[in-house]
Amino acid sequence: MLLLYKIALRNLARNRRRSFFSALALGMGLALILLIAAVIRGETEGGLKSSIELQSGHIQLHAPSYDPDKSSLAWEDLLENPQAIAERVATLGPVIKAATPRLYASGIVTSSDHSLGVSILGVDPGSPANAPYQNGLVSGSFITADDREGIVIGEALAKKVDLRAGDKLNLLVNTSDGDVDQQNFVVRGIYTTHTPSLDEAVVLLPLAKTQAIAKTGERASSIFILLSGNEQLALVKPALQALPYQMRDYLEMNELFVILEQYADSFMIFIYMIVLGVTATVIINTLVMAVFERTREIGILSAIGMKGGRIMALFFAESSVLAVGGIVIGLALGAVAVWYATVYGFYIGDFGATGFAMGERIYAHMSAQDAISLTVAAFIVTLLAALYPAMVAARMEPVVALRGGK
Amino acid sequence: MEIIKISNVTRTYKIGNVETQALRGVDLSIESGEFTALVGPSGSGKTTLLQLIGCLDQPTSGSILINGQDVSRFNRNQRADIRKATIGFIFQFFALIPTLSAYENIEMPLLLNGIGAAERRERVQKMIQAVDLADRARNRPDQLSGGQQQRVAIARALVTRPTMILADEPTANLDTVNGKQVMDIMSRLNQETGVTFIFATHDPRVVSYARRVVELRDGLILENHAGAAAK
Repeated sequence: MLLLYKIALRNLARNRRRSFFSALALGMGLALILLIAAVIRGETEGGLKSSIELQSGHIQLHAPSYDPDKSSLAWEDLLENPQAIAERVATLGPVIKAATPRLYASGIVTSSDHSLGVSILGVDPGSPANAPYQNGLVSGSFITADDREGIVIGEALAKKVDLRAGDKLNLLVNTSDGDVDQQNFVVRGIYTTHTPSLDEAVVLLPLAKTQAIAKTGERASSIFILLSGNEQLALVKPALQALPYQMRDYLEMNELFVILEQYADSFMIFIYMIVLGVTATVIINTLVMAVFERTREIGILSAIGMKGGRIMALFFAESSVLAVGGIVIGLALGAVAVWYATVYGFYIGDFGATGFAMGERIYAHMSAQDAISLTVAAFIVTLLAALYPAMVAARMEPVVALRGGK
Repeated sequence: MEIIKISNVTRTYKIGNVETQALRGVDLSIESGEFTALVGPSGSGKTTLLQLIGCLDQPTSGSILINGQDVSRFNRNQRADIRKATIGFIFQFFALIPTLSAYENIEMPLLLNGIGAAERRERVQKMIQAVDLADRARNRPDQLSGGQQQRVAIARALVTRPTMILADEPTANLDTVNGKQVMDIMSRLNQETGVTFIFATHDPRVVSYARRVVELRDGLILENHAGAAAK
């Protein structure tokens, strides 16, 4: 075995430049698929994480008749005594990171000669579920529970309607009785979630103020629940399903992301196949050239008793050396590319889909499982690429090979 | 003791629609320890006969017995096994692996035969001294002269202690001095080790070393007589 690798290394060293470029082709292919995998993983996981934190939570509880597509404010569609329900949910233990009532309403923001339709999110300002908005404040401060005039708006909306922290705006709100009400508010703070579609459409009011202006009494649209991790869903789901409310989990509420992830997974297999297929072709070409250049040597080895299997092993040894070289190059290039994409991300701007919590930058996320499986796949594909040239070499009749294949 | 028995062997090559009969029914018997020359002009069939004896090729018809085994119907692996264990080759173009040193080239057949490291080292050292190349053991073929390369090939052929050595025009690419040196070594090793040498040549100086001469022409044995060295 050692001798095979010694011969393989020396054979590859005969054409250093060709061997280097073959390994480089594999390396670049591997680096590319590592980057693609990390970006896709980052995009789907990041998008889902944003959507959970900003929009859906892990679980939402509603009144049985509540239709999430209609955001009804009719009393019978809202939860009564939501604070008590939230407290009850919180008793499920530390897996519950936050459980807070929220009221969803719609309205129109008007400022001087600008006006824009918005979604009004009535929140309990003290809840940790508001962290993405609080941590994303670019100016001003967050609202407090007893603030009767304060509003927090997104940066994209502020730019569109030309507002700064401390400015006044008029908010027209649809009420539970089918009427509209309006009130002037002071912009307490401006946030960014780096999700332009959301920052333009969502304004935050204290829950009590939202209930008052929308005339819903002390009712809420939902109990917004964040868990300590996605995997905790199965733990708490049975207990919450036992409650007399309509329950939706993040998988249902983010169906588009789940479908997108599944689609991306299957689509990526084709991308991997194309990239590794091109790489394999380069390796095949290198080894086929090696077979034809070394036909007489194959004849000599065969003449002194080397069997076809061992001749094949010789070419597999060469391809495995190329594979190791290519993988080292690929991991080095891939690590740099993935590191850059993880730290700095790629700017994609406004994704353009309102309500679709896709950030303005895509950040890569490389999982160890992806890195290992893609590296192993690259190694196996390179070994498989040696199959044809190795078979050509092993099937040569020694007498023909000794004549140089003629 | 008869180690090779060839009976009515033919070999026909087909290139496109054209059939060429390289051997037309050859009968030959070789005893252990012979130093035999196959002579004849180009196209007479001597290389083809050598390749068939060496199990590098298979006859179209007839049988070839080596140590009593009919090798003419052996499959690829069986032929590889018998080559590995029984036959050593010396080729006109030296046929060394260019990426291996002289030492490693000689060692290669021992590795294929699964010989242990200590015994390999001992046998290779002995053979490399026998062909007077101890000081060039670490050199690769391109750092050796033609004569030195052919001596490495001789050492490689003998290192497995084969029953026979087949040499195809072993001096054809060598000058007179190196050619004589190679033939002297082959002749000496034949006498010292008792291994059978069969070599194809059309060089009269090489033929003069043979104790038996088999002359071929147009795929048939024309004459089979004692060589000058036997007289």
